[in-house]
Amino acid sequence: MRISTFWYCLKEGVKNICRNVWFSLASVATISACIFLFCLFFSIIVNIQHVVKNAEGTIGITVFFDEELSEDQIRQLGERIGEMPQISDMEFTSAEEAWESMKNDYFAGHEELAEGFADDNPLAGSASYQIFLRDITTQDEVVEALRQTPGVRQVNYSNSAAEGLSSFNAIIGILSLVIIGVLLAVSVFLISNTINVAASFRKNENEIMRYIGATNYMIRAPFVVEGLVIGLMGAILPLIGTYFLYLRAVGYLAARFQIISRIFQFLPLSLIFPYMTAVAVLLGLGIGFFASFFTIRKHLKV
Amino acid sequence: MIEITNVYKTYDTGNKALRNINITIEDGEFVFIIGRSGSGKSTLLKLLLKEVEPTSGKIVVNDMNLGKMPRRYVPKYRRRLGVVFQDFRLLKDRNVYENVAFAQRVIGASPRKMRERVPSMLQMVGLSSKYKSFPQQLSGGEQQRVAIARALINRPEVLLADEPTGNLDHHNAIEIMKLLDKINHMGTTVIVVTHSNELVNLMRRRVITMDRGCIVSDEEGGSAHEN
Repeated sequence: MRISTFWYCLKEGVKNICRNVWFSLASVATISACIFLFCLFFSIIVNIQHVVKNAEGTIGITVFFDEELSEDQIRQLGERIGEMPQISDMEFTSAEEAWESMKNDYFAGHEELAEGFADDNPLAGSASYQIFLRDITTQDEVVEALRQTPGVRQVNYSNSAAEGLSSFNAIIGILSLVIIGVLLAVSVFLISNTINVAASFRKNENEIMRYIGATNYMIRAPFVVEGLVIGLMGAILPLIGTYFLYLRAVGYLAARFQIISRIFQFLPLSLIFPYMTAVAVLLGLGIGFFASFFTIRKHLKV
Repeated sequence: MIEITNVYKTYDTGNKALRNINITIEDGEFVFIIGRSGSGKSTLLKLLLKEVEPTSGKIVVNDMNLGKMPRRYVPKYRRRLGVVFQDFRLLKDRNVYENVAFAQRVIGASPRKMRERVPSMLQMVGLSSKYKSFPQQLSGGEQQRVAIARALINRPEVLLADEPTGNLDHHNAIEIMKLLDKINHMGTTVIVVTHSNELVNLMRRRVITMDRGCIVSDEEGGSAHEN
């Protein structure tokens, strides 16, 4: 394509927007609303996932072994278990460490009560491994594999915590997908209407172009430019809004509700904004491109 | 050369617009197609523009068989034709220069080529001094000259004119006919569909008369007769 033709198509696309400025503004507003909600959900979801990920790291599976196994044998078994790809980390607790921990937890201030056990460790044979998973959703299969492992006596785990975190994650994801999907459909519909109006404004011009021998590509280009510009504007505006809103919201929550900042840390904007910008711009351009490209097709027939 | 052989056209509505049309037009000819409303003249032009397809028959324009032409080649084919309409179809928001340059721009011609060709084309149609005027500032005759300049700027081999003088007064109609004659003398094949018997009789060129979708006469140096 010649540079002059490129500029011509760009100029005509911008002219289209100016010709039916109200329709264009309505389209920009709808895409902005859609992308703003996307940015909002994006911020919320990545922060929730950050929290969930942290929480997942603290939920472990405890594995106890047959009492007749020596500590060395348990450690060897532990090394084999540690080769499972789902496992991110493992901590060994010997029977002595377990008893010391219990004494600290239950007999604090009344150490004399524990002295009755003297050297007779009541938790002998309770050496265990605390296992942490990369992804909490794999807990069931890991537990099943552990139970099948020879030498493993008991596997303790919290099913409800894992399920709770997984389903919370899934609900947020599905909810945001549904809302964004509906808004996407509305955006495509509105851009499509705007392009239809622009096409009717240019009906005479398009007809002349076809008789002169312009290619479909050349006829379509100004409309696609129009769609892309609307899409881009619809992405930039909510990104600016989200940028300042996120900074203010995080600052406000941290200052007013200190309990929140004790529970978890918000992800810094610099970490999520580049990804958010890339997805939002692609989304805006994508909506603009597809809506205009397919809408104008029906106006190309001669 | 244009060869139309055994062409029939029946629209979806059942209207039989053309019946067994056979016409051969040599390069550089000037041909009038006349007939009453509904006689099939405009359908014939639409077939030549590949705007509609014949129900049966064969149309060959400059060795290109339109029936076998894929849709993607239609734009390139149309660049070899120029079209002029009764209602001029100029772009009202662009001046004379831009209207003529538009035809070059949309086929991707270079700005240099446009700067070379547009002024000379405007000179040829006698509108050099009005290149900055907008269509609404021009007379009907002048607007049709702009439309002719636009149709010719890409140097087509054939010029199709559908009632080019239909919206013009007698004086302007004759001026446009003179211009079409001049273009024909420069080597372009000119096909004019018209209702104006007076102009046909004045020009004394080949006249094809149509009635109810059929050719009823085809005379060299012919004339039109009141029915």
